[in-house]
Amino acid sequence: MESISGVISQLKKHGLLVAFTVFLAAVALSTDAFLSVGNILDVLRQVSITGMIAIGTTFVVITGRLDLSVGSMLTLLTVVLVDQHDHVGPLLAIIIMLTTAVALGAFNGLLVGYLKLNALIVTLAMLSFLQGLTLLYSGGSNVNIPNAQTTWFRFFGRSDLFGIPVPVILFLGVAALAAFLLGRTVYGRQVYAVGGNETASNFSGVSSSRTVFWAYVLSALATGFAAMILGSRVMGAQNTIGQGYELTVLAGIILGGTSMLGGSGSVWRTVIGISMLGFIQNGLLLMGFEYYVQWLVTWAVIIVAVWVDLAGKRGRVLA
Amino acid sequence: MTTVKTTGQSRVTDSAITWLFRNHIWLFLCLAVMIFSITSPYFLTVNNISNVLTQGAFIGILAVGMTMVMIDGEIDLSVGATLALSTALAIGLQEQIGVWPAVLAGLLSGAALGFLNGTITAYSGIHSFIVTLGALIGIRGLVFIYTGEDALMVQDFSYTEYAEIYLGPVSITALTFFALALFFQWVLSSTRHGRETFAIGDNIEAAHDAGINIKRHKIINFTICGTMAAVAGILLSMRLGTAEPNAGKVWELWTIIAVVLGGTRLTGGFGSMWKTIGGVMTLAVLRNGLRLLNTPNYVELMVMGTVLILALLLDRFLANRTEAR
Repeated sequence: MESISGVISQLKKHGLLVAFTVFLAAVALSTDAFLSVGNILDVLRQVSITGMIAIGTTFVVITGRLDLSVGSMLTLLTVVLVDQHDHVGPLLAIIIMLTTAVALGAFNGLLVGYLKLNALIVTLAMLSFLQGLTLLYSGGSNVNIPNAQTTWFRFFGRSDLFGIPVPVILFLGVAALAAFLLGRTVYGRQVYAVGGNETASNFSGVSSSRTVFWAYVLSALATGFAAMILGSRVMGAQNTIGQGYELTVLAGIILGGTSMLGGSGSVWRTVIGISMLGFIQNGLLLMGFEYYVQWLVTWAVIIVAVWVDLAGKRGRVLA
Repeated sequence: MTTVKTTGQSRVTDSAITWLFRNHIWLFLCLAVMIFSITSPYFLTVNNISNVLTQGAFIGILAVGMTMVMIDGEIDLSVGATLALSTALAIGLQEQIGVWPAVLAGLLSGAALGFLNGTITAYSGIHSFIVTLGALIGIRGLVFIYTGEDALMVQDFSYTEYAEIYLGPVSITALTFFALALFFQWVLSSTRHGRETFAIGDNIEAAHDAGINIKRHKIINFTICGTMAAVAGILLSMRLGTAEPNAGKVWELWTIIAVVLGGTRLTGGFGSMWKTIGGVMTLAVLRNGLRLLNTPNYVELMVMGTVLILALLLDRFLANRTEAR
């Protein structure tokens, strides 16, 4: 008996994984192409950009804050990276871009962490501001890399290592590092502490301002890594290239089961949530549905996933 | 600050300053109007003001619904998508069922989606941010499926003439905005629903203990918000004569900016339609004025971001100031 209830409680804990597996099995049964290594790698490559950002934003969400500025930030960083690549070469361009990313993250962190302004509004303001900054920088024109075939910069987005696309390796590698940082270090514990109970964490000597500050820096840094993959993949950038990413990123994080109230969640949950979004899209397309049906399904999946999670936690279906 | 307040005179000025700080949006608005009147000869003309009112009214009508939801302590991210769906239905259905039934269908779609958002939020306990984030994605999908990625065009162009109804310099769109804002201000300040909406946003547990039906009020407010999005969508369809699947994209963000700029708090329990009118008008004046000055597009975006953060800082400063007393 005990083992059965143990299994059930395990199932409840990992309900999301179970649902995901069921979904994968259903699609796999209906189309042959779905469960091939090539297709799975394709999906992972497609989600690597949103996934990379989401890894960083997960830190912010676990502290109980939001970051809506990552989409505009991705645009700005990609434009800067691609443009500088032409002027100063790939290495310096990457350094300049990542420095910009850290500075922008620090600015967000300063306003939300230290000045304690509302995270939603601050990052919404940044969303608008960074769009403007991008246009100011680019003068409204698209930028591209002319020597796309010869630059070593193509490594990040366009090459394979041991048959695995480099973006996928980067995505999963950074995820592993971030999982270590969040799960096994003092800073990681502080992130959970601040999100769980900010007052209590302040009283126990954890500076919530500092913790939130670094969470925003991490979010921006991850966006910088995503810009590397995106810039290298496209070898160019429009002024709207990152538009709407912030919502997909949030949808993936939420789908993974990280609570918007903060204090719970993990990097792996985010990786699963983001991949789920990718596999849903891919599966529906392979099954022959119209492209936009995936958005409808995403709507339903988000609500059902979060509802099931909540219902499991409170022990009844309705609030 | 004076240390001792003895005379009635200083108390009056002090409360006047406090009022102005509490309603800082009107300060922003006056400042913006003054600056643009001086710098551009075209700004303070009847024609242009009439334009500003009309341009601002679309975000304004969305903001009326958003204010109701925000005072409840919730948020609705799906208003832009709902607007697009009602626009598409109002134009797309005209051929099959006639003009006014199509308009009605558009309105009903907004009300139904708002009702759905409200019901899910109230009964599931999921935060409205997540519920309406999902809805934003899904409803936009519905729009694309319905329109098939193409802009729908109105067949009978007399439909676009409704948008040209003016009362003096004020267009029907702007009139609708002001009428709705005034009506819902009345609802907020003089009806039981309004009072209980504030109570819920201020302290949801106390409201529950006081016997207020929280679910019902939240559902009503989300339904109002969805309906407002549909009203804005219908007016947009009359003005443009086309329904574009991307219509209203990121308008939810502009709407939130307008409401918050006005001074209504995201945390709920505090706000008014007056503030929202102020926020909407400031936003509209800024966008219009900057364009008259021939500033490039990016200045508008950067000014908006800066003003929003300044408004937050001012709000924080005031909160500290009242606490210090």
